[in-house]
Amino acid sequence: MSVLKIKDLRKTYHTKKDEILAVDNFSFELNEGEFVAIVGPSGCGKSTILQMICGLDKKSSGEIEVPLNIKIGFMPQGDSLFEWRNVLKNCLLGLELTNNVTKENKEYVLNLLKTYGLKDFIHAHPNNLSGGMRQRVSLIRTLATKPDILLLDEPFSALDYQSRLAVSDDVYKIIKKEKKSAIMVTHDISEAISMANKVIVLSNRPCTIKNIYNIELENKSTPINNRKDKKFAYYYDLIWKDIDYHV
Amino acid sequence: MYSKEHKDYLKKIKLHNLLVKISQIFILVFFLVIWQFLASTERINTFIFSSPFKVFETIISLYQNDDLIHHIWVTVYETLVGFGLGCLIGITIASILWANKFLFKVFDPYLTILNSLPKVALGPIIIIWGGANATSIIIMALLISVIITIISVHQGFTNTDENKIRLMKSLGANKWQIFSKLVFPSNIGTIMSAVKVNISMSLIGVIMGEFLTSKAGIGHLIMYGSQVFNLNLIITGVFILCIVASIMYYGVVLLEKKINSKWD
Repeated sequence: MSVLKIKDLRKTYHTKKDEILAVDNFSFELNEGEFVAIVGPSGCGKSTILQMICGLDKKSSGEIEVPLNIKIGFMPQGDSLFEWRNVLKNCLLGLELTNNVTKENKEYVLNLLKTYGLKDFIHAHPNNLSGGMRQRVSLIRTLATKPDILLLDEPFSALDYQSRLAVSDDVYKIIKKEKKSAIMVTHDISEAISMANKVIVLSNRPCTIKNIYNIELENKSTPINNRKDKKFAYYYDLIWKDIDYHV
Repeated sequence: MYSKEHKDYLKKIKLHNLLVKISQIFILVFFLVIWQFLASTERINTFIFSSPFKVFETIISLYQNDDLIHHIWVTVYETLVGFGLGCLIGITIASILWANKFLFKVFDPYLTILNSLPKVALGPIIIIWGGANATSIIIMALLISVIITIISVHQGFTNTDENKIRLMKSLGANKWQIFSKLVFPSNIGTIMSAVKVNISMSLIGVIMGEFLTSKAGIGHLIMYGSQVFNLNLIITGVFILCIVASIMYYGVVLLEKKINSKWD
């Protein structure tokens, strides 16, 4: 079942000097439970697409169709935790803003925190957490509002390579376990292949779809293990050649 | 238990800090002793340069005959009122300008001009309009602190992390929620440093005001001293002002520490 349909999405920016076509002719469909990664050269407008999907940015034309019962959750770049709130209060932010801090919802958030190894840190402040834990808190904050689709905007960009691998494994497992559909924007090709079912490769500005790959690994498992798959290098090579890196 | 190496390290730090303290006190004592020595041996004219003992005598006699506490209180009172109003009005205006970019653009050049204008130039106008009273002095203090508060706090507000604002919007926050739950709390640091500058600014404004017109206050003592050519009184005034200024400044620092400790 499709949870999100995008047709001919287009975005132009207006500046004093110029009119910039950032996104053009972008169409795709997200099915329930799918994990889609969007990769492309930096500055091509990947994040703009996500921001249009969750309504943070206005589209110039085209259609974004979301069924009425489907909710979208956004996970921003970095972890964007509020240092002055403890872990629980950070996670309750979304519910607080919409006046939905009910006993039931709070219980749900507490359960998520316990399930994902943050039980002892519920009242800790973000300063006292590791990068990986912060990322988990950030994800739980988004999950707290019970979205069906998660939009991840370069979620691991602030982490060093080692924790990046571990955290992407973590986040992937949580998303799968909670049975969410997800769209992740990244500039890291291997991250995209290791996590997604489908990788959308974008061209340079104006950003259009260059190719869509269905990732069919021999032994689909967790992101870290997927990197060892025989076909991993094959996809990496394909996508690498697709992206115009101007070095 | 710590290793010997660590203990030595701690000792070294303690010794270093002690040395700093001792040197600080030494400078003050050295200065006072030299000053008193030069005065006692009549190498400097105490009529013009005064002396530590004379300052001390002046303080005592002011306390006994001239209601020293009242003068200090007037200055502190005027400073605190100007400071409080400056912070309150400054932060409020900064918030309004953050919420409305159009207003900010309109007022930006006026703020810049007012900020670069030496506020003392407005003194005579304020006194003629407001009268020769404490209100005029408070307005003076307010004017001096409010503009810089608006500018620095507004700057902090507009520099709020764009990703966090995006997150708030994606969670359905309205403008007031973005302000009260993100922009304001994330700028407590900026606000506190503006507040720290403000306490000194307000004192400058008050002393300026008291120079221009006053019936009491430390500025009044200094001004009176200069009119009757009583250097003892002037230097005593400056000395008391030093103490009052540092007490008020450290009061604000203490307040800042208390607010910061609430969050960790």
